[in-house]
Amino acid sequence: MRTAFVQTLCELAAADERVWLLTGDLGFSVLEIFRDRFPQRFVNVGVAEQNLIGVAAGLASSGKLVFVYSIANFPTLRCLEQIRNDVCYNELPVKIVAVGGGFAYGPQGYTHHGLEDLAILRTLPNMTVLAPGDPVEAELATRAVMPLSGPCYLRLGKAREPVVHAVRPPFTIGRAILLRDGPDVTLISTGAVLGYVLRTAETLAEQYGINARVLSMHTLKPLDEEAVQRAATETGAVVTVEEHSVIGGLGSAVADVLAARATSVRFAKYGVPDRLWHQTGSPEYLRGLCGDLVAVVRELLAKNDR
Amino acid sequence: MIAYSIPSSTELARRIRCHALRMAHHARASHIGSCLSCADVLAVLYHEVLRVDPGRPDWPDRDRFILSKGHAAAALYAVLAERGFFPVSRLSTFGDDGTQLATHVARHGVPGVDFATGSLGHGLSVGAGMALAGQRDGRPTRVFVLLSDGECDEGSTWEAALFAAHHGLDNLVAIVDYNKIQSFGRVSEVLGLEPLADKWQSFGWAVRELDGHEHTHISGALRAVPFTPGRPSVLVAHTIKGKGVSFMEDQLLWHYRSPDDAQLAAALSELGEST
Repeated sequence: MRTAFVQTLCELAAADERVWLLTGDLGFSVLEIFRDRFPQRFVNVGVAEQNLIGVAAGLASSGKLVFVYSIANFPTLRCLEQIRNDVCYNELPVKIVAVGGGFAYGPQGYTHHGLEDLAILRTLPNMTVLAPGDPVEAELATRAVMPLSGPCYLRLGKAREPVVHAVRPPFTIGRAILLRDGPDVTLISTGAVLGYVLRTAETLAEQYGINARVLSMHTLKPLDEEAVQRAATETGAVVTVEEHSVIGGLGSAVADVLAARATSVRFAKYGVPDRLWHQTGSPEYLRGLCGDLVAVVRELLAKNDR
Repeated sequence: MIAYSIPSSTELARRIRCHALRMAHHARASHIGSCLSCADVLAVLYHEVLRVDPGRPDWPDRDRFILSKGHAAAALYAVLAERGFFPVSRLSTFGDDGTQLATHVARHGVPGVDFATGSLGHGLSVGAGMALAGQRDGRPTRVFVLLSDGECDEGSTWEAALFAAHHGLDNLVAIVDYNKIQSFGRVSEVLGLEPLADKWQSFGWAVRELDGHEHTHISGALRAVPFTPGRPSVLVAHTIKGKGVSFMEDQLLWHYRSPDDAQLAAALSELGEST
């Protein structure tokens, strides 16, 4: 995803000289293609994320379209108040890009797991929050955020995610993408787990005869409330899937929409429980600690409270 | 250009102090001591240093000013109003319900404010970003950032200091309003900054120290930036918290208190004005 991002950004920068890229000394072997083509619009500010966001805000207030790049929690939580005050309060179109959302940096331990970013960033006023599901969506999301007049957060996976979209889907901020349709349950996915969610949907169909609708909810804010409502109405069961805390992320955003409905729906959140693990491992291993998605779906459908 | 007719920076500073006192009294707001300590620097900046045009507050080549010590907002609003960015009468809404003049610097709907502040340690980074844009675009823009001494406690201030020197931002000027009192007491007791000028120097800045109430000195220094070509400039302005009102000078209490009716009258009287 990071390669899709930087290649797309180079294209955008070639067409629009307001585009800048800032990094907090991360992106080695990734960002060089931008730096070498546009040295006057590239800055490595060093390992100083508060300054990274402040400088980005200053550039943006001078008319620049600034993309800020770092990994995991460094461009978000480390400098959250700069994002809140300098970027949001001053109404500046700074685009914050974090590589390594969720468990992408699994073996590197808890410091490098991005598990609270979506919850926190989506509470900020006017902040658009995107978590594309594969490299194709990452490219489309990078293009889509260009004209935004306010701030945005783009949460990416890392590298070598499977390409889910064989053809480029229509991509609009705030509109979910339907990847698979089925009448029994809707799996709503955000971020780089999309490939895993689709594989799970295949397993559910092949082994259990459960035909799932799968939505890529690449935009958490503004949320596609209509797609959530339709999923509830048409499939009667909704499961959200994210590599993120079960508190405050996609699951909570979808629950807000469902709770406002007059009719009931079966609903489950699949994500990272509110606890610490002191063992670590690959993204697949860590996802396993969050439970078995197939089992979550089957248990939900076994409930008779519809 | 909107006509600007205040005869001297000292008269402008006097008016800033009077407005800030009335505003603090009206809003029962804190931080009058912080407003009074930087009134002279603000007056010199807006009287004769900053290239700004109240008729075109968004003029791209204007100089930028960031009040990083956003708690002195009353003083900034006062100087902007006196300079013609908005009517002086608007100052009386300071702190009111529904006002856009928050007691920390707001930008939205306040012409002349380049950046909203209030949390310490943010302004120098933002100023560095503005200066970098100006430098790389070859624009004449200069950026002035007024810091408190207390916010030199913030690590982010020093991140920005490293950055500005590394990039040779000689269109960036920091001014430290060094009144020696921060929120809980004397700077020397809370978290000492000395040797402050040496710290800036060692970070690669060109430094001058002066009396932050002497207009000719402030003016001379700020008209001479950059002090060294290729380096950002910092003015360590030794000031007195509460300057200009005898009973507020150098008193921690006036970081928090707002003057009552009698204190306002006494303060204005000292400044040659009646209530």
